[in-house]
Amino acid sequence: MSVTTDMKRNEQIKKDFKEKMDYDELLNCMRCGFCLPSCPTYIETKGNEAASPRGRIALMKAVVDGKMEPDEDFEAQLSLCLGCRACEPACPSGVKYGHLLEQALDILQTKKKYSPPVKMFRSLIFNQLFPHQSRMRGLNGLLWFYQNSGVQKVARATKMTGIVGKHLSTMERVLPSIASPKQLKNRPSHVEAEGVVKKKVAFFSGCLMDTMFMETNDSTLYLLKKANCDVVIPQTQNCCGALHAHSGEMDTAKELAKKNIVAFEEGEFDHIVSNAGGCGAVLVDYGHILKDEPKWKQRAEAFSAKVKDISEILLDVGLPEMELDPQIITYQDSCHLRNVQGTFSAPRKLLQSIKGTQFMEMKDADQCCGSAGTYNIIEQEMSMQILDHKMAKVDEVKAATIVTANPGCLLQMKLGVEREGKQKTMKAVHIVDLLAEAVKYKEKQLQKV
Amino acid sequence: MLTKEVRGKLVDIVGGENVKDSQQDLIVYSYDSTPDYQAIPDAVIKPRNKQDVSEIVKVCNSHGVPIVPRGSGTNLCAGTTPLEGGIVMIFNHMSEILEIDDENLTITVQPGVITLDLIEAAEAKGLFYPPDPGSMKISTIAGNILECSGGLRGLKYGVTRDYVIGLEFVMPNGDIVKTGGKLAKDVAGYDLTRLMVGSEGTLGIITEATLKLIPIPETKKTMLALYDSLEAAGNTVSKIIANRIIPATLEFLDQPTIQVVEDFAKIGLPTEAGAVLLIEQDGPAEVVERDIEKIAEICRETNAISVQIASTPEEGAALTAARRTALSALARMKPTTILEDATVPRSKIAEMVRAIEKIAKENDVQICTFGHAGDGNLHPTCMTDARDKEEMKRVEKSFEEIFKKAIELGGTITGEHGVGVMKSPYLSWKVGETGVDAMFAIKQAFDPNNIMNPGKIFAKDTRKRVVVEK
Repeated sequence: MSVTTDMKRNEQIKKDFKEKMDYDELLNCMRCGFCLPSCPTYIETKGNEAASPRGRIALMKAVVDGKMEPDEDFEAQLSLCLGCRACEPACPSGVKYGHLLEQALDILQTKKKYSPPVKMFRSLIFNQLFPHQSRMRGLNGLLWFYQNSGVQKVARATKMTGIVGKHLSTMERVLPSIASPKQLKNRPSHVEAEGVVKKKVAFFSGCLMDTMFMETNDSTLYLLKKANCDVVIPQTQNCCGALHAHSGEMDTAKELAKKNIVAFEEGEFDHIVSNAGGCGAVLVDYGHILKDEPKWKQRAEAFSAKVKDISEILLDVGLPEMELDPQIITYQDSCHLRNVQGTFSAPRKLLQSIKGTQFMEMKDADQCCGSAGTYNIIEQEMSMQILDHKMAKVDEVKAATIVTANPGCLLQMKLGVEREGKQKTMKAVHIVDLLAEAVKYKEKQLQKV
Repeated sequence: MLTKEVRGKLVDIVGGENVKDSQQDLIVYSYDSTPDYQAIPDAVIKPRNKQDVSEIVKVCNSHGVPIVPRGSGTNLCAGTTPLEGGIVMIFNHMSEILEIDDENLTITVQPGVITLDLIEAAEAKGLFYPPDPGSMKISTIAGNILECSGGLRGLKYGVTRDYVIGLEFVMPNGDIVKTGGKLAKDVAGYDLTRLMVGSEGTLGIITEATLKLIPIPETKKTMLALYDSLEAAGNTVSKIIANRIIPATLEFLDQPTIQVVEDFAKIGLPTEAGAVLLIEQDGPAEVVERDIEKIAEICRETNAISVQIASTPEEGAALTAARRTALSALARMKPTTILEDATVPRSKIAEMVRAIEKIAKENDVQICTFGHAGDGNLHPTCMTDARDKEEMKRVEKSFEEIFKKAIELGGTITGEHGVGVMKSPYLSWKVGETGVDAMFAIKQAFDPNNIMNPGKIFAKDTRKRVVVEK
C-alpha cells in the first residue's frame, strides 16, 4: 500500500470514529477500573492497561478526540480483545463495551485493505458461505466426504494436515464427526411433545449447529420433546450473524437479523430457544443492531425478548430423571451466554441433577477459554496461552468431562484435551449432548428393572 | 518527551522492553479513576526490583524528570494523573507476596500485589487483613498505602495506616530506606512509616511493605433498618455507639440514593423511606448474637420503620444489595459521576447530609449521599456531564460549599480518597496555612528537586478548581 493511500485511510478512519462512535457510551466509562480483573487479556499480559477494557475504551476515545492516530498498535490492541464481554457485568456504569468494540471494528473493517487472498477468504466466509444455509450444507458435505472417504486417513498418515500449520491441523482432529448430506436434507420442521404440552417453543437451529453439530441439535430436540415442549423449527431462518457482527461486517449482520425476525414472526410460541451461547447473545441484541431502522426496531425487540437458552427452558419445565456412570463433571461458561444473556446457574443446576456424577466448579470457569469466534485462528498465540491456563484449572478439579454451551467453546476445549494428550481420560461435550445421554442412560436402567 | 540521553539511561537500567513510550502506552497511563483529568506522560517504566527503582530515581533526580508511581489507577483524587509529564512507574514486575509470618502475624509484600489477593492469601491461613477499599479487587497494596485507603470496616478495624508496620522505600535521591519491622512497639526516631502512609507518592516510592494481620472473626451477621427520617437513623448510630457496641460495618443511604437504587435494582426498598442503615457485626457467635439483638432493639427504640435480620449468609448478602448496588445505580444515571468523601464526626452525620441536600438544591445539581455512617465518612456523589461546562461550575461550587460545611462541623475535606489535585485548593482550609507550610517543609527536605509526583497535595497559585471567588 502506498503512503498516500495509507494516509487517506487514516484520515477516513479518524473521521468515521468522530462521526460513528457512540460518544455518550465512551464517556459513560468512569475509569474506575472494576473491569480490569475480569479481562482475560489484561490478566494474560500481566496487567497491561492497554489490553484492558478501560484501556481500550480510552484508546477509542483518544482517536475520537483526535489525541491519537489509529495506528497499527491500536488495531492490534482491538484485535487482541476476545470480545468475551466479561467486563460488562463487572461495570458499575453499565458501559456496553461489546457495542463499542463492534462499532470500532466495523469502522476499521470497512476501511481495511486486505491482501487479495485474505479478502477473498473473508468474502467467502462472511458473504458467500454463512448467510446461505444450502452452501453451509455443501461445505458440510465436503467435510463429510473428507472424513468418510479415506482422504482423512491418508492426509493424517502422510502428515498432509500439517501443511496448514500445527494449530489448524489439531483443529482438524477435534472436528466432530460430520453428518452425511442425506441426513442434513431431512431436518424436521416440527417436533411434538412426548406427553401433555407444557410449553410451545421455536427452535433457532443455527447454521453451524445445524450442519457440523447436527447431533447436538438432535439432542436438543430430543430433550425438548422429553420435557414436553412442542417445538417448531421455522425453515426460512438462517445464520444469526454473530461472526459478522464481531468481525466488522455489520451490514450483513443486519440483513441476517431481518431474515430471522421475519422467519420467527409466524406461529405461536412462548420462546425462541437457542443452544449456542454465541448465537443467543446476538439474537438478544437484534434490538440494538437494528436500533437505527425505525421499521425494524420494534420487531427486533419483540424477537429478542423471546430468546432463551436451552438450559433455562429445560430447568424451567423439568427433565426426566438423569443418571450417568461415575465421573467428575466441570462446566466452562460460554462468555456470551453468561455475560450477555446472564445464564450461568441453569446449566450448573442441570448438571448437578445428574445422578451418579459429581459436579466440581473449576476456578475461573467464568473466564473465556480463548475460542471467541475466529479469535483462536487470528490471535493464535494468545488463544493458546489462555487455553493452557484454562486446562490447568480443569486439571485442578480432576474433571473427566468438560461441559460447554457453545460450539466454539466446545471445539476449543476439545483442542485443550488434545494439547494435553488426555483424549483417553478426558472429554469435552456440549451440555445438551451430555443431558440427552443421561436421560437415555436412566431410561435404560429403568427398563432393566 | 524524554531526551535521548535520559531515555538511553533508563533503557540501560531496566532494558528496552520495560521502557514503554508508544502512542498507545502513553494514552493508557494518562488517567486514573478521577473524572475529567488526563495528562500524557513521556514514558511508562516497569522496574523489576528495588535496585531498578533506585537507579531510575537517581537518573530522574539528576535530570529533573517527574516520576508518578502508579498502582492500578483506581484513585479518586487524580493522584496518579501525570500532570507535569515525566514517567509513570508501574509495578507489574514487583507483585509477589513474599511471606506470611504465622508467629508474628504479619504479611510482607511487594508494592504491586493486588489488595484482594493479599486478603485471600491471609484468609487461607485463618488470618485477616481488614482494610477493604471499594476497589480492593484491583487496587494495589502500595496504592492503598500511599493513599491510606479506608473501606467499610473502618469504624471497628481502622484503615490502612493501622496495619502498616514496616516499609522499604526509595527516597527521591535514590537512597533505599527501611522503616519499622515485625514489631508492635518501635519508637526508634521519627515514625517514617506513618509519614509515608498517605504521602500520595510525593515523598518516595514503596518497594516492600510489612503489614499487620489479625485472627479472622469467627462469624458475621447482617441486618438492615429503614427510617422515616435521616435524623432517626442518626440517632440510632449515636445510640449504638453510646451503648458501647462497635459494629464491623455501619453504612447508610439517604433518600435520593434509595430512590435511585430501587429504580435500578428493584429490590423492594420503600422509596418513601428517609434513610437506610446496613449494619454488620462480626466476632464469636455468642457476642455477635447478643450485639445484633441489642442493635435491633436500639433501632426500634429510635423509630426504625422496619428491622430485618438475616438468618443465613445468603440472606445477609441480599440485605447488603442496596449498599452494594449504590455506586452502580448512581453511575448509570449520567455520563459523569463525581464521588467525594467529605467526612465529619459521626454525631454530625444527619446535620451534614441535610446540609448537602440544601447545597444541591440551591445550586440545582443532583447529589445523592451514601457512605460509612459509623465513621462519619460520607460519599456525596454528583451525577453530571463533564461536557456541560456551566453545570460543572455549579457542581464545583457545590462541592466547595460541602467541604466548607464539613470543616465547620469539625470534619475534613477528604476521609479516604486523598488530596491529589482534586482537593489541593482546599487543603489549607483543613490544616491551615501553617499546616500546609509544615507539610511543604517536609516535602522540600525529602524532594528538593520536586520530582516525586509534582503538582499533588500542594496547590499552585492558580487554583484551578476554585470557581467561586471568596
